[in-house]
Amino acid sequence: MTTLTLTAPSPHLAFLLRLADDNLILGHRLSEWTGHAPMLEEDIALANIALDHIGAARSLYDRAAELHGEGLTEDDYAYRRDARGYLNCLLVERPNGDFAHTIVRQLLYSAFALPYWAVLTASTDATIAAIAAKSEKEARYHVRHSGDWFLRLGDGTDESRTRTEAALAALWPYTGELFEVDATLEPLIAEGVAADPRSVHAVWQQTIDQALAATGLTVPEVPFMQTGGRTGYHTEHLGFILADLQFMQRAYPGATW
Amino acid sequence: MYTQALNNLDLPQNDEGDPREARFMARIDAEERIEPNDFMPEGYRKTLVRQIAQHAHSEIIGMLPEGNWITRAPSLRRKAALLAKVQDEGGHGLYLYCAAETLGKSREEMMDELVDGRAKYSSIFNYPTLTWADIGMIGWLVDGAAIMNQIPLCRCSFGPYARAMIRICKEESFHQRQGYEQIMTLCAGTPEQKELAQDSLNRWWWPSIMMFGPSDGDSVHSAKSMAWKIKRFTNDELRQKFIDATVPQAHRIGLEIPDPDLKFNEETGHWEIGEIDWEEFKRVLAGGGPCNADRVAARKAAQENGAWVRDAALAYAQKRAARESETLAA
Ligand SMILES: [Fe+2]
Ligand SMILES: [Fe+2]
Repeated sequence: MTTLTLTAPSPHLAFLLRLADDNLILGHRLSEWTGHAPMLEEDIALANIALDHIGAARSLYDRAAELHGEGLTEDDYAYRRDARGYLNCLLVERPNGDFAHTIVRQLLYSAFALPYWAVLTASTDATIAAIAAKSEKEARYHVRHSGDWFLRLGDGTDESRTRTEAALAALWPYTGELFEVDATLEPLIAEGVAADPRSVHAVWQQTIDQALAATGLTVPEVPFMQTGGRTGYHTEHLGFILADLQFMQRAYPGATW
Repeated sequence: MYTQALNNLDLPQNDEGDPREARFMARIDAEERIEPNDFMPEGYRKTLVRQIAQHAHSEIIGMLPEGNWITRAPSLRRKAALLAKVQDEGGHGLYLYCAAETLGKSREEMMDELVDGRAKYSSIFNYPTLTWADIGMIGWLVDGAAIMNQIPLCRCSFGPYARAMIRICKEESFHQRQGYEQIMTLCAGTPEQKELAQDSLNRWWWPSIMMFGPSDGDSVHSAKSMAWKIKRFTNDELRQKFIDATVPQAHRIGLEIPDPDLKFNEETGHWEIGEIDWEEFKRVLAGGGPCNADRVAARKAAQENGAWVRDAALAYAQKRAARESETLAA
């Protein structure tokens, strides 16, 4: 099983992979909590959210494979690409950290995903539109779950507040990338296949502002935003995620499981 | 924060000669369900709390060896299935802790007993999951053995436990089929995959057989539990059912049971196994299995690392309640 390298994928394919990779990597991260969460209810809830993300990723990879031709499957994308070929945003690959990091990461991402899926329900790619309709419902729960916890942690004890503040400061630099538009996205937005992420920035900001206002926390002062995931320029964490994720396919190439 | 208040906790400790005891036994004999607020002898309550708590602990400790492979599952389909399976086990733990709480013991107390090593859980989870094949093997053998144990519990005399079991058994039998299907896939795959399956069976067969507990003669709790209709079959009866169901399944996909003494008795129609290594069983139960220390340490870490989260949730709930009552007063 050789490494799958996509040289100059079409914008449509690249867009599907970006969205799919966001969901796979975030789902993978959340699944790391299983058995280790602060309470049994959260083992179950985080696994639920992870399953939603992994499910969305699988549908998107399926669509990518269909477009791609060449008889590829969802697993080829997940298990055969190296870090440089992964196109997820950096936010989702950040480590779970403490529970506050996980919750803040989820809120920052899901507050974006919810309105973005909503716009994508009008995608001219009917498969994307259908996936978006399903995912929008799921994202509503993800925002509620992470938003409720954000409130409890931000307005709970001194310790939980300090931890939440630290998580916000650590993760905020990765939010800018969510709204970037590049040469891959531009033609797709024009065609109506993709949605313009900038169009949901105000809604995202409002969700975050409401969560912050309820806790009295503020937007952290961040001098620089980080970027690179959409072109395969990742943080060092992705390599370790892939070492885990792809172990079996690399150790037993070509086998069916 | 998980305790449920019940109105029958200060019962007399000694129920001997209590006329309620005779009525209780009559209800048991008539196959009636006992509910949390009904009279029950202290021994019955203690037996149930111990058994349900051990069962709940087994579910959540069982999440660890399987959770070990979630991030490394070999395909997205298997990854999602495994994650959903381990999530189910968490759900089982949750119903069972709730069932035990109806008998007056809080979840926190049970969790504390688990992490400080006082509580027991199924010996099987003290073995390591070394390869991906172990995930299928656990589904097939461990969930399979759990079903044998649990189906009769759906008719257990204690209502909340019996009801929890009905729901749990449905999921366990799905897990068992899914596990067997995974092993079938390995057996139909490359020689390397087949070898993974055989190696895994070699390691998990005897520990699965031991899951049914000591032989009838050596089981301390059996007789009383049978009289109370908590238990319906003896350990050895259930073990035999499991062996009879599982040996042909192994043969069908070309796997060899790691027991040179295994033979089919034409007269009885049962598979007969060789000697069980009860020393190993005792050692693992007493804490000397390959993973006992790691399992308890993982639960302890989750408990300790999560303390500030639980504290925050509690503090927030209290603040909110205080704010609401202020608003009402104003
Ligand atoms: Fe279970
Ligand atoms: Fe199970």
